[in-house]
Amino acid sequence: MRLTDWGYEIKEGLAISFQAIRANKMRSVLTTLGIVIGIVSVTLMGTAIEGLSRAFNDTVSKIGADVLYVQKFPWFDGGDNWWKYRNRKNLDLKQYRAVREQATQVAALTPAAGTRVPIKYRSISADGIIVIGANEQYVQTAGVGVEAGRFFSQAESNGDRPVAVLGYTVAEKLFPSETPLGKNVKIGSHTFRVVGVMTKQGSFLGMNMDDRAIIPITQFLQKYSNHRRGVELHVKAADINDLDNTKEELRGILRKVRGVKPGAEDDFAINQQEMFIQTFNAIGGVVAGIGLFITALSLFVGAIGIMNIMFVSVTERTKEIGIRKAIGAKRSTILFQFLIESAILSLLGGIIGIVIAYPLSLLVDQILPTSMPLSVVAIAMFISLLVGVVSGFLPANRASKMDPVDALRYE
Amino acid sequence: MQPVIRIQNIKKTYVMGSVEVHALVDVTLNINKNEYVAIMGPSGSGKSTLMNIIGCLDTPSSGLYEFNGVNVSDMNDNELAKIRNREIGFVFQTFNLLARSDALHNVELPLIYAGMKKTDRKRLAAEALQHVKLEDRMHHKPNELSGGQRQRVAIARALVTNPSIILADEPTGNLDSKTGVEIMGLFNELHAQGNTIILVTHEEDIARHAHRVIRVRDGEVEHDGPVEHRILPGVHA
Repeated sequence: MRLTDWGYEIKEGLAISFQAIRANKMRSVLTTLGIVIGIVSVTLMGTAIEGLSRAFNDTVSKIGADVLYVQKFPWFDGGDNWWKYRNRKNLDLKQYRAVREQATQVAALTPAAGTRVPIKYRSISADGIIVIGANEQYVQTAGVGVEAGRFFSQAESNGDRPVAVLGYTVAEKLFPSETPLGKNVKIGSHTFRVVGVMTKQGSFLGMNMDDRAIIPITQFLQKYSNHRRGVELHVKAADINDLDNTKEELRGILRKVRGVKPGAEDDFAINQQEMFIQTFNAIGGVVAGIGLFITALSLFVGAIGIMNIMFVSVTERTKEIGIRKAIGAKRSTILFQFLIESAILSLLGGIIGIVIAYPLSLLVDQILPTSMPLSVVAIAMFISLLVGVVSGFLPANRASKMDPVDALRYE
Repeated sequence: MQPVIRIQNIKKTYVMGSVEVHALVDVTLNINKNEYVAIMGPSGSGKSTLMNIIGCLDTPSSGLYEFNGVNVSDMNDNELAKIRNREIGFVFQTFNLLARSDALHNVELPLIYAGMKKTDRKRLAAEALQHVKLEDRMHHKPNELSGGQRQRVAIARALVTNPSIILADEPTGNLDSKTGVEIMGLFNELHAQGNTIILVTHEEDIARHAHRVIRVRDGEVEHDGPVEHRILPGVHA
């Protein structure tokens, strides 16, 4: 068969399909219900996963793939061991110094501790600001940039100077119309001189990363901490591909300095971003699993519905099939005609599904920043087309194999 | 001259459950170009089976059927579809038009299956409708047309591919006698223009328009000869 013949047959098939669907509007729309539900669930699932992976990527870029966090508590461990972790010996500056002196696989290292303290400049105050004590290498471990001024120096940090670097929104709030640089702010009851403002970071897991201020760790420990609270260590590995090496080195140093007996388990945790990846993958997997199940189930129901209505349609139009065959329609022509019809029917369901899913995805957006990706729309269209063709095959095949004599006699 | 239709000793047997029905026992006949033949017979005579085989809607159980010198007795479905499309124009008792399509599209349909370009198709279909004097009804759907007009659309559809034979099955069976006469007048005209026409009917009056009558009974040709008391074109019975 020549290619142009197919062109005419496709056009004719489309025309017949639209005629048939228009002639049975209600029936057609009801038939597509299963497909509609399937497509709604597949697009919403795709959108949710897109949102999760977007949140995930944001998170990953904020915490840095090559930074290790040495803490008493491991991330993402069940609550059963809470007391065990709680009663571990604190990490302190002595241990920090040991790491600083001995570690060779480390690009940047800072102790860190934080608490919420209000900050005041003259009559303006900002509440709930997280004040973090760290050293000058915090810039590298946290991967923050400096918007104005500078980060405090090693000399200022080692020299225990009362200087502070403000987060973007803190600076905005306290200094709406003047530069914060060189001004004295009150953090709690203590005075600090502002030397710099950090670049805007946005939020991370719903936490505003710009509502904070960084001061030298020794200042923090003297003024805002008590002896029961320790610090944590943020360690940027020298080589991201050799993270395990850095981890092993840290373990060795810390076990020695903390006096862990050989064979005993670590009394500290080295956390890394991979744990986030695992958690996110797990959540994404659950969403995908539920979504796929609903999708598969409703598409299956939808496919059965379309197959059923196509059988009805074929039977109703037996006479028409006979006429078409008598005047020269080949088997393939009839097969094609009904396949196109069921594909169009299913595609119609797909389009209705997208139209319903789109506003729902805007609702999802309220919880999880996302948007319906075009790829999901394309996949949904493809799936509905495929369902149409697959479920239309048996009825179309029956139509194509009808004997023209019997079909013409059908009333 | 090579006959258009050459049928030799064809048999058609249907198996219905455990019973074998011999619809055609042994039929031999030739039909030449520009013949005007009426096939007659009471119901159950095998006349419909013979028509289906001549129309390539069905194939014989045994025997030879040559159409324009080509053996069609054991062609497959697609080959038969092609013969029906190019060589045979059907006119049915119940018109058999597509209800949702207008007259023009109904007439166009065989040309679509023949893979003809849209512009050529439209032109030929319009010409065929002009031929049956329905040029002002081209965009009417069958339910907006009278019985006679519908049958003329069907005749236009049969003509449009310029087939080797026009096969009409009781073409006046669903029409009142006045309209029937008009339609038969149209067939006479088509014959005069060189078409080969095969009428299947059980009405003597209709058969008398043809030149030759083949009478079928019990699956056999009972009589094959020229029509006596022929109704001449233009002379109403």
